[in-house]
Amino acid sequence: MADGRAVTAVEAVFREERGRLLAALVRRFGDLDLAEEVTAEAIEAALVHWPVNGVPPNPGAWLATTARRKAVDRLRRDTAYAARLAILQVEAERAAPPAPETGDGDDLPDERLLLFFTCGHPALPAEDRVALSLRCLAGLTTPEVARAFLVPTATMAKRIVRAKKKIREARIPFRVPGPDERPERLAGVLQVVYSIFTEGYVASSGSDLQRPDLAEEAIRLARILRRLLPAEREVCGLLALMLLVHARRDARTAPGGGLVLLADQDRGRWDRTMIEEGLALVPVALTGGPVGPYGVQAAIAALHDEAADVTTTDWPQIVALYDVLFSLTPSPIVALNRAVAVAMRDGPQAGLALLEQLADEPQLRDHHPFHVACADLLSRLGRDAEAAAAYRRALDLAGTEPERAHLRRKLAPE
Amino acid sequence: MKYMLLINSSPEGPAAEADCASFDDWMAYDKMVRESGIHVSGHSLADLTTATTVRVAPDGQRTITTDGPFAETREVLGGYYVLDVPDLDAALDWAARCPGSRGGGSVVVRPVAEF
Repeated sequence: MADGRAVTAVEAVFREERGRLLAALVRRFGDLDLAEEVTAEAIEAALVHWPVNGVPPNPGAWLATTARRKAVDRLRRDTAYAARLAILQVEAERAAPPAPETGDGDDLPDERLLLFFTCGHPALPAEDRVALSLRCLAGLTTPEVARAFLVPTATMAKRIVRAKKKIREARIPFRVPGPDERPERLAGVLQVVYSIFTEGYVASSGSDLQRPDLAEEAIRLARILRRLLPAEREVCGLLALMLLVHARRDARTAPGGGLVLLADQDRGRWDRTMIEEGLALVPVALTGGPVGPYGVQAAIAALHDEAADVTTTDWPQIVALYDVLFSLTPSPIVALNRAVAVAMRDGPQAGLALLEQLADEPQLRDHHPFHVACADLLSRLGRDAEAAAAYRRALDLAGTEPERAHLRRKLAPE
Repeated sequence: MKYMLLINSSPEGPAAEADCASFDDWMAYDKMVRESGIHVSGHSLADLTTATTVRVAPDGQRTITTDGPFAETREVLGGYYVLDVPDLDAALDWAARCPGSRGGGSVVVRPVAEF
């Protein structure tokens, strides 16, 4: 019994404190591998000591002190390693002020921001940034990250080793970028968080439409970022966007696992608490300066969440917001979403005319939502043969089984 | 830590004349690099048409290709710097300031291996 309780306590503390502890150790010792090793050793020590001696009053500080001692022990044993690390630190301090010293038992300063920027560094491949952020900041184990992305553990382990090797050998620094670089680098970090969310929301392949754990990890990471960067409105916008979309998760899947489109969703099953939280963030994201793409997308999601159904949705306002979004990020995907909103505002003919202009975009040719949108509008216009051809094209391209099942139903209505 | 900045230019030259880095831009950059105390080495290379490629076959036979590397690549190495800076971000910052990174050109940053 005591064992079980201590193990659960360790896991809970570990989950919450791992990223924070890791970041503090990285800041102190300048080495991600060393930080990860001593973090793991401190957890092991806790599993040995806590069941016997009881859980300490401040488990996070206990882990931090233990990990720090283990790092120092290791550096004393391995003098060659210590020498190399010392050179690294001297050089790093040429660029950045030294880490503030904290006495044992003090609350750890939150250094996770620099870990966010390192894990999301543009010199790392996009898939490595996502994997590393989930591991170092969300506290997922390598097998958990692998499961989330449906790749073998060995593949994910290799990806993480490769990313850490590049951080070490190309010496990607552990630092928060200065004001000049900040907007670009923060956009990269937000992109990592958002791609974790979208991977959880619409899995790119596999039998389950949603993997809610990834979406929730992304929301958790965005909450941490929001605490660390309260003045950055795009962080607020991204958190709002994810809450407002994730609030619809239960209504999005039918009991058999099938896909339910926004128009057909039982809005009573939307998570009102989450919507309220998201709605409260939207004005913060949109005021006080020029708007960013996440803030605008959050505003669009908010209009959907506030509407009783599709017909009473404020489509003119949504089209206007897509215009703003397109001016900020002119992409064919945004143009596609705008065209669908125009169809809701002005009728299927107007929407289809816009979609036809987009048909040659290379990004949309193999993008199944484009073909679904064409098919739906053609079907509403009674052009059934063309609609069927577009549904078939979408079916060939759709990644998850619920999406394919939905399209098959469209092709062969019972 | 030492990084090599490989300065590649597009063989077709810059897309627009206005994008082209002037001789003065290069002089100013070179001066800045040298005065910052980070300069290890650096050269600009003569025109690609002056290049000669040598290969030695497994039998020890030397083959000289006299007229250039026949690079199929779209970019041509035009010069390099080796800089000693604290970390990758500092190296990327110097790469972004290099005139060779503009006008269709690019600068590849590679850490120098330490043994």
